[in-house]
Amino acid sequence: MTAIATGANVSAMSSVPQAIRLTGKRSRIVRERFIESLLMLAALVSVFTTLAIVTILISESVVFFRQVPLWDFLTDTQWTPLFDDAHFGIMVLLSGTLTSSLVALALAIPLGTVIAIYLSEFAPFTVREVAKPFLEMLGGVPTIVYGYFALLFVTPLLQKVMPGLPGFNLLSAGVVMGIMIVPYVASISEDAMMAVPMSMREGSYAMGATRFQTALRVVVPAAFSGIASAYILGISRAVGETMILAVAAGMQPNLTFNPTEPAATITAYIVQVALGDLPHGSIGYQTIFAAGLTLMLFTLTCNIAGHLLRRKFREAY
Amino acid sequence: MAATDVHAIRALIASRKRWDAAFAVLGFLALMVGVLTFVALFTEMAVRGLPRLSYEFFTAFPSRHAEHAGILSAWVGSTLVMLVTAMVAVPLGVASGVYLEEYAAKNWITDVIEINITNLAGVPSIVYGLLALGLFVYEFGLGQSILSAGLTLALLILPVIIVATREAIRSIPQSIREGAYALGATQWQTVSDHILPYSAAGILTGMIIGLARAIGETAPIITIGALTFIAFLPPAPVSAAPPFLNFEWLTSPFTVMPIQMFNWTSRPEAAFQANAAAAGFVLVIMTLAMNGLAIWLRYRLRKNIKW
Repeated sequence: MTAIATGANVSAMSSVPQAIRLTGKRSRIVRERFIESLLMLAALVSVFTTLAIVTILISESVVFFRQVPLWDFLTDTQWTPLFDDAHFGIMVLLSGTLTSSLVALALAIPLGTVIAIYLSEFAPFTVREVAKPFLEMLGGVPTIVYGYFALLFVTPLLQKVMPGLPGFNLLSAGVVMGIMIVPYVASISEDAMMAVPMSMREGSYAMGATRFQTALRVVVPAAFSGIASAYILGISRAVGETMILAVAAGMQPNLTFNPTEPAATITAYIVQVALGDLPHGSIGYQTIFAAGLTLMLFTLTCNIAGHLLRRKFREAY
Repeated sequence: MAATDVHAIRALIASRKRWDAAFAVLGFLALMVGVLTFVALFTEMAVRGLPRLSYEFFTAFPSRHAEHAGILSAWVGSTLVMLVTAMVAVPLGVASGVYLEEYAAKNWITDVIEINITNLAGVPSIVYGLLALGLFVYEFGLGQSILSAGLTLALLILPVIIVATREAIRSIPQSIREGAYALGATQWQTVSDHILPYSAAGILTGMIIGLARAIGETAPIITIGALTFIAFLPPAPVSAAPPFLNFEWLTSPFTVMPIQMFNWTSRPEAAFQANAAAAGFVLVIMTLAMNGLAIWLRYRLRKNIKW
């Protein structure tokens, strides 16, 4: 203490008794420690959130699987949990989720990638400066608005091309979902491509390569880990999307891989149950947690796959 | 022989250049698909919804008669839910960000927290709804209230605020901290007097983006069992008589803008769908304004700060 309090400090503090200075220092240390623990507690809230999600999903699902064998859950081809003759075949809901996601990704991945390459390698500065905020805004539109758009704009439009299309179908929901995902795929891929050092492009141009060749054979491979994580994010968005499907794809469970049919997805089923009033603790109440657990496992698998992909293909410069 | 080679090479160069030009066109068209969709969506909402937008639309409760129905309970509900969300998510998110950037030691606890935040950002929003249904509504007994909804959305946008806070803090040069420590400031004094004020604009941007996302979220709030037809307002948070502030509104049933829109969209009558378009128009304008504000703030920030 005395070693630190030199120079001007000594004259300023010499009138203060040593004991008070020491308690002042101690209280200061205590206060600092207290603040640090408070901040750490706040950071741990996110860990508690994850633990709570896992605990709630598993504990409610355990009750569910006591009544419905896991094998039936995975192999049954009917999903009629609220009927007297109840069947719990998650395949039925999973088929809706997979079909709509495939439609969405078939649109979002090519479109998003092309936009990203264009913005990063081809677009003039002004186009990029205008387009990026536009894309960000497109990503910020609430999904319920996209749901309205799918049901009352895209479906009538598609019905003009395909006259037999029912009012609720996976196709228009999937298409709109794809448009919704494009900004995510495009902006993350573009960030990854922009991070590729300029010297690599210059090397390629010096060898006489065109911009297209450089983009395809130098920039994209170098940014592949970032692009892969953009795709993975797109997949988990598509699988977890709820409102577009609840509004535009109908809520009828239907084991199909045909996008022109109406079908319920896992997420739409959860919404349907929540809209009715099922008593807490009933089997219908527990089905949504089993469905949620399936969804969570699916997206978790995607995230882990993305993590491994990133690690495998990461290029360091 | 040599002449044909030159021709072959010229042809090759020309074809490569054609590919280049073709891709530039393709890229621009792809971009236009996005832009045109946005324009179509906006026009659709405006054309069908604008005739319904009037003073009465904002001051009327939902009704069985489409032409008398309004969004009063919905926008009041959305505002109150956002209030709870902001009050919970901002302090928690900023504190987590500060902890991870300024305090956290390089150990496994920090790694666990960081991996957690990345993973939480990828959890589908409806799963947060299930969490809230099990935890807030039944385990804590908060019921289908404004408080439950606000807490749910706060957890949902927490990763957004944490990431924004961390990025803002990371852009502050180390010399600022060293200067503060050299003058004898404690770590907390450094954080509260320097780090937080300098990162405030970045944090604000993250907060606005987070709230813009929360205000459009429908699925988690439907999952906790919010009602779709509410023809009354929660008790007012502020009153003229003592004790001036009351918290009864926290436990009140409620509805929010996106749920009101969902309710109207799922009805077959065209008149209700016009109401849905009007509500959607208001919602889109609100989120666009918030996102636009955030983008503008970030732009200003990038331009003005020179360390």
